[in-house]
Amino acid sequence: MIRFGHIIVGVAVLLSLCAVVPAVERFPPPEFESGYERPSPTTPHPRQDIYEYIDVVVLLTALCLSSYLVLRNRSRRAIFILMVFSLLYFGFWRKGCVCPIGAIQNVVLSVFDRDYAVPIVVAAFFLLPLVFTLFFGRIFCAAVCPLGAIQDLVLLRPVSVPNWLESGLRLFAYVYLGATVLFAATGSAFLICRYDPFVSFFHLSGNLNIVILGACFLVVGVFIGRPYCRFVCPYGVILRQLSRVSKWRVTIAPDECVQCRLCEDSCPFGAIREPTADWPASEYNKSKKRLAFVIFLLPVLIFIGGWIGSGLRTVTSRMHATVRLAERVYLEENGKVEGTTDASSAFRATGKEVKELYAEASNIRAEFGLGGWFFGGFVGLVIGLKLVGLSVWRQRTDYEADRASCLACGRCFEYCPKEQVRLKKAKEAIGESQ
Amino acid sequence: MAESRDNVSRRHFLRDGLWGTCLAGLGGIAGFLLSKSHRQNTVWQIDPYVCVACGNCATYCVLEESAVKCVHAYAVCGYCRICFGFFGPEPFDITEGAENQLCPTGAIKRTFVEDPYYEYTIDESLCIGCGKCVKGCNTFGNGSLFLQVRHDRCLNCNECSIAAACPSGAYKRVPADRPYLLKRVDPVRNNTAGRAPLRSRRFSNGVDHT
Repeated sequence: MIRFGHIIVGVAVLLSLCAVVPAVERFPPPEFESGYERPSPTTPHPRQDIYEYIDVVVLLTALCLSSYLVLRNRSRRAIFILMVFSLLYFGFWRKGCVCPIGAIQNVVLSVFDRDYAVPIVVAAFFLLPLVFTLFFGRIFCAAVCPLGAIQDLVLLRPVSVPNWLESGLRLFAYVYLGATVLFAATGSAFLICRYDPFVSFFHLSGNLNIVILGACFLVVGVFIGRPYCRFVCPYGVILRQLSRVSKWRVTIAPDECVQCRLCEDSCPFGAIREPTADWPASEYNKSKKRLAFVIFLLPVLIFIGGWIGSGLRTVTSRMHATVRLAERVYLEENGKVEGTTDASSAFRATGKEVKELYAEASNIRAEFGLGGWFFGGFVGLVIGLKLVGLSVWRQRTDYEADRASCLACGRCFEYCPKEQVRLKKAKEAIGESQ
Repeated sequence: MAESRDNVSRRHFLRDGLWGTCLAGLGGIAGFLLSKSHRQNTVWQIDPYVCVACGNCATYCVLEESAVKCVHAYAVCGYCRICFGFFGPEPFDITEGAENQLCPTGAIKRTFVEDPYYEYTIDESLCIGCGKCVKGCNTFGNGSLFLQVRHDRCLNCNECSIAAACPSGAYKRVPADRPYLLKRVDPVRNNTAGRAPLRSRRFSNGVDHT
């Protein structure tokens, strides 16, 4: 009996070994007598790093050139040429990757993931436009960003968007930025890259849904100037805030505004602000009360936003592959669905405990709960600050380009009679010297 | 008038202060990124020991013809006469006839070496990275056929579309100077298959430094 038991144990051990020892043991690699030599697999090298450093140099040069063209040269034609170059180089030649917009996610991931290091090129792509914006305004949007360029090219019949609609739609960009940070921080997805509407044009191939999305943006972009930049772009949100305090700025008139109103309708992005009168005395008290109310409302909005954001963790956490897998495996384990998916069968093949997966997934969901407080709180804060901004009376004596919204495209320059004088003078001076 | 001038200077002061804060903030971010950044870029690669050859690589790549191709680790191959990576499930005949082949594009070449051994080579220009042969070889053979991102083709997108669609989490970022995760004969490694913490150690040994 003892011997029989031993045999059973031995067989069981052997069988379990067979199950663990993978395929390599199945057919031992032969030794050849005919002098045949095994080839080794080829491993073609990735693109040289040097090209990426060239990208950084081109980016830096384009930013410098764009600043000069917007603030000193003031030539729409030159800005346009630089924009087309950027579209061709960063877009079609370098396939739109890596771009500063997407670099937000790498930076966020590097903050939250200890093991993830940002390549220095990506860090440079993220920081350079921000620094330039702090000095010169949104000159990156004007002529360097390939996504902006492709939309600027199709803008043929601009119609103006009413102010309330513009502000409302712009909130989406803030929500998108918040969601991007949330999903990048949790390591779930790079939302910006996944839903980049124009990258399939740069690749000249891609997912059909994304191609349709991109085509829609371009069709809308014929009438509404740069819809992605104004209402979606999360990097644009950061640039807006930085350009509010920029050292230098785009001015419509080269020197002094004569209030001729000629530039009034020249901006397709609704970034020109009209002069406003003094604060009417009748409005003053009412506005003051409203402002106080809105400021008190601010913490409430932040709390409500955070509460909603956190409450949505079941939905938002599904962006993470592990949570999706755990939910699927749970359904399968409880017999609620028939069959398996690729992911669930891949999971079972690893032999990992189901409980381990559930624990991992619930950890991630808890992270989403915490992240949701920040995400929702951020959205609440943005809405609150928007309300505060609406309740504040701004005094303006001249026609001005709005610091935050101006994309520095240079379209308004030629509308200004002062600019015409400046150009004519310049031309006369050249004529005289010849 | 005096009041308005005071107002303007206060506004300027605030703006300059904010500007300085922003600049300092950017400097801080730059410092953090520099301290954490890698001179090395990263590239996408498939961990062949995790890959389940689901076929997403062939369809999800942003390139029309996927950057993922089948690679053959000859050292692992058993040089079988009846190869389950080469022949379909029920071949009519054990010959190279197209009707017997598993590969939809006929990218695998079968050449006689010596009795009873046959060599299998991948014609990369025909391979579409569907992983059918990989599945066959992994299920019934030594698993010497496996999928790899070919870096002469890969665009190295910031978020790889295939990685987003990968069911098993086999896609990962690897340093650009060691861009391939090749299969090698290493019996020690096999006992740790499927355990996540050891997997990384396995790759520090198992990666072919080419």
